[in-house]
Amino acid sequence: MVERQPGLTLLTHVILVFGIVVVAFPIYVTFVASTHTLDDVVRAPMPLLPGHRLLENYQAVLGHGLRSAGGAPVGRMLVNSLVMAAAIAAGKIAISLLSAFAIVYFRFPCRAAAFWLIFLTLMLPVEVRIVPTYKVIADLGLLNSYAGLTVPLIASATATFLFRQFFLTVPDELLEAARIDGAGPLRFFTAILVPVSRTSIAALFVILFIYGWNQYLWPLLITTDEAMYTIVVAIHRMVSVAEAQVEWHRVMATAMLAMLPPVVVVIVMQRWFVRGLVETEK
Amino acid sequence: MEKRAVFPHRVLPYVLLAPQIAVTLVFFVWPASQALYQSLLRQDAFGLSTRFVGLENFAGLFGDRDYLHAVTVTAIFSAAVTALALGSALVLAVMADRVVRGSRVYRTLLVWPYAVAPAVAGVLWLFLFNPTIGLVSFALRQVGYRWNHLLNGHEAMLLVVLAAAWKQVSYNFIFFLAGLAGVGRAVLEAAALDGAGPARRFVSIVFPLLSPTMFFLVVVNIVYAFFETFGIVHAVTGGGPARATEILVYKVFKDGFVGLDLGRSAAQSVILMAIVIGLTVVQFRYVERKVHY
Repeated sequence: MVERQPGLTLLTHVILVFGIVVVAFPIYVTFVASTHTLDDVVRAPMPLLPGHRLLENYQAVLGHGLRSAGGAPVGRMLVNSLVMAAAIAAGKIAISLLSAFAIVYFRFPCRAAAFWLIFLTLMLPVEVRIVPTYKVIADLGLLNSYAGLTVPLIASATATFLFRQFFLTVPDELLEAARIDGAGPLRFFTAILVPVSRTSIAALFVILFIYGWNQYLWPLLITTDEAMYTIVVAIHRMVSVAEAQVEWHRVMATAMLAMLPPVVVVIVMQRWFVRGLVETEK
Repeated sequence: MEKRAVFPHRVLPYVLLAPQIAVTLVFFVWPASQALYQSLLRQDAFGLSTRFVGLENFAGLFGDRDYLHAVTVTAIFSAAVTALALGSALVLAVMADRVVRGSRVYRTLLVWPYAVAPAVAGVLWLFLFNPTIGLVSFALRQVGYRWNHLLNGHEAMLLVVLAAAWKQVSYNFIFFLAGLAGVGRAVLEAAALDGAGPARRFVSIVFPLLSPTMFFLVVVNIVYAFFETFGIVHAVTGGGPARATEILVYKVFKDGFVGLDLGRSAAQSVILMAIVIGLTVVQFRYVERKVHY
């Protein structure tokens, strides 16, 4: 702050608190709704303080799911989401580390072509090639499988560029020293390059985990078997039943469960998260 | 920039690149080329015969009132989401940059909606505005306004805009804070000594220095509103009522999977690709130049 202005400082705090209330209000209402019985929730206005049904509601959705939406347990969907998010994050990081290593530390014909091919993926999000990509997955027999959920999403231009930028700043002396000690390229990669990249890897993992967890269109298309639903997709199916049957208290419990893992990751790893976000957009 | 020291292998780099290139070819390049190819074909109603029709699908789209309507809806939607998400994030970031006490707490509390999936964000807002049981629609009823986004297209649009902007505010907030941290304290102090108050300093110094961040965020927010809000529209309104919230991405999905009109859907995909390519080029040209003052 440049100068003291108590009035202005007060106004600043008021605006910030107002902003936080607006940001948090939908989540608070969701939480409250998830702790009441259905009767309490659907009687307008619903209560504004948490009720006593927290354990019952969460146990019910985790174990039995929602009757109106087919009754697949939400616990299973959480596992699916976790597998999908972790596999996408780890897969993107692994193949991007490898390709950035190839592009930075080797000279070979078609290097520029490979670089541009990877760059191309930035311009082709799933949303613009929905039908033909679906057809590829169907032809490969990957519908309703973890491979179908993850493999098509693990190409990553942003991660490759991020690692390329980082590798370019790694001193050449490290490579020369490794070569004098007799290390080959793979040894150099595993023993030196990956360990020095660990903060970039951590930052990227946070961003990519959230990206994977929040995927919607892709799992919506390729999962028809309830046992393969991710939790984010399942919520939509829970509210799109006939209006009279929406079990709002359980839908809201499911929504809380769907938000919890990525939000915890962001708050716990906030430093890496902000870093990853700012760096991937450079 | 290039490395001076490199490994002399001939085969290894191809092996290292193979996974990334394989995924790119199979799941990106091949489907995209299929979309291009199919956009030039037309199938008969039973899918028995296919013939080459050139640019007829595109011409058909631009003569189709529903498609032009979707273009208008997308333009209004993305302009509204971008304006709302950028405006409120800028105000909050300037405030959070100003406070000394509690700034970490404020930051943490404003950052986390980034982690909420668009579809989930949509369901939360849907619940608040549910015409019979929602808290906000209840409050509106108390002051005499009957909210029903299932019947009123404008209300449906407002609802998806609110949900989409709500989710994007924290992203913009993080980038504005980073941009504000780059504004030199010395410049601001000099201006204060010259008698410029906080408002004047913001207009004459802070805002111009933030313009590269602002420009970058405008592009990112448009991309977000175009492509990443599918989940919100799908979960909240399903494009309705009466197509009032049918954005382009939603229409591709609907025409391709529900209507099964492959040629039309592929032509729409090609147009969307052109939009993404255009936006990406704009973004990268900017990144290279880094508009500075």
